[in-house]
Amino acid sequence: MKRTALLAGAGMALMVLPLAGLLQRAPWSTLGTELASREARDALGLSLVSSLGALAVSVVLGVPLAWILARVPFPGRALVRALVMLPMVLPPVVGGVALLSAFGRRGLLGSWLGSLPGFPLPFTLRGVVLAQAFVAMPFLVVATEAGLRQLDRRHEEAAATLGARPWRRFRTVTVPLIAPSLAAGAALCWARALGEFGATITFAGNLPGRTRTLPTAIYAGLQTRPEGAVALSLVLLAVCLAVLVALRGRWLGTT
Amino acid sequence: MRRIVASFVAALVVAGCTTASEPTLTVLAAASLAEAFADLDPGEQVRYSFAGSQQLVAQVEAGVPADVVATADEAAMDRLVRANLVETPVVFARNKLAIAVRPGNPGRIRVLADLARPGLRLALADGTVPVGRFAQQALQKGSVRVRPVSLELDVKAVVSRVASGEAEAGIVYATDVTRASGVEGVAIPDDLNVVATYPAAVVRAGANRPLARRFVFRLTGDRGRAALAAHGFLAP
Repeated sequence: MKRTALLAGAGMALMVLPLAGLLQRAPWSTLGTELASREARDALGLSLVSSLGALAVSVVLGVPLAWILARVPFPGRALVRALVMLPMVLPPVVGGVALLSAFGRRGLLGSWLGSLPGFPLPFTLRGVVLAQAFVAMPFLVVATEAGLRQLDRRHEEAAATLGARPWRRFRTVTVPLIAPSLAAGAALCWARALGEFGATITFAGNLPGRTRTLPTAIYAGLQTRPEGAVALSLVLLAVCLAVLVALRGRWLGTT
Repeated sequence: MRRIVASFVAALVVAGCTTASEPTLTVLAAASLAEAFADLDPGEQVRYSFAGSQQLVAQVEAGVPADVVATADEAAMDRLVRANLVETPVVFARNKLAIAVRPGNPGRIRVLADLARPGLRLALADGTVPVGRFAQQALQKGSVRVRPVSLELDVKAVVSRVASGEAEAGIVYATDVTRASGVEGVAIPDDLNVVATYPAAVVRAGANRPLARRFVFRLTGDRGRAALAAHGFLAP
């Protein structure tokens, strides 16, 4: 028992000490000026826009995907589910290389799509959104699918017998019922998109005001202006804490 | 089966003994030195760790066990000298910038000013990395105003952007343009070029300073110079 407590304490220290170090290093007195600098504002704005874009893409594509995975039996469903979840465990930089191999100028699809409007994607904000959505969408799909599976389908059947068409049924019955799962998935998806670094820098590159997101600005700034980098790190830390607190009931339990 | 395991364990023990009995140096070196140092015959067991110069400085400051540190710019080394963490540095090589283009130079890039061509996808290194700073200096000298599509975080990333075709040109070290890199080099004339200076120094906290001094000394010796020259580095 004693040993268990000791290991548990060490485990907790491993998680908490780095954060304490970050807080201790933070330039509290100049935090405002650090965050108001042009570079910080550019990175903050760009990250906000791109992560919300990634969330929108994830909702539009991920909810139908979750629906199919939860409701439509088809051969190979387990495999498709595994593939959809792969980006959650794949090293993000590998994701970036994979995206380049698909959507890069010499990629699988990139060489066909190249002449279409909005392409090619590398070095553009759209590329940032794609990289973030690739990494973050699985969080939304997994949470939404779980919500759909736990749903008592009698509510939908009742709506059907009252003559509600599928889309109306989905909108007025299903969505409100799975709203907690959907919200949790969306929050995790957004937070993951906001913090995405490896896939973004590999696929979309790094240009201030165009593709330089918060994590890239932190990494680049760490070697020359550590105060600024730490200030931006605090922003990400605060956002992630806020997301966790908002999900408190679901993830942290009530005890 | 048991015998196989036993002999495997014995082999491990023997291997452990040989590496432990020979003196080992740990050398922290700039990423651009990786290929040249691999060809170096230092005469002793050396473990290399390659990273960006700024990162190397941070490692030494943090007390990472190391015997020698070699950076790609003097500013980085000066920080260690001022903190009294290293002995007097020795400049052992120099490097110039070059324009990296796709094999065959399809964009017909001939001079630095061609990089200002509208619509040209140019990749540079970020200003936080020495090579990015040098590239800015060279462009300034030539009064060339460019609009890069990306500022990569190390020189190898610039090379890979050009090699993969995402970028049409980039500014890298002349030594990065190798047969294996997948890019072709376009020379930048000396009056516009920027010369990077590579200093090496013995880390004061190192466990084996006489051996470390010998390593640094050999870098500037005939064989060290030959190995560096073979990879495109200039004499100090």
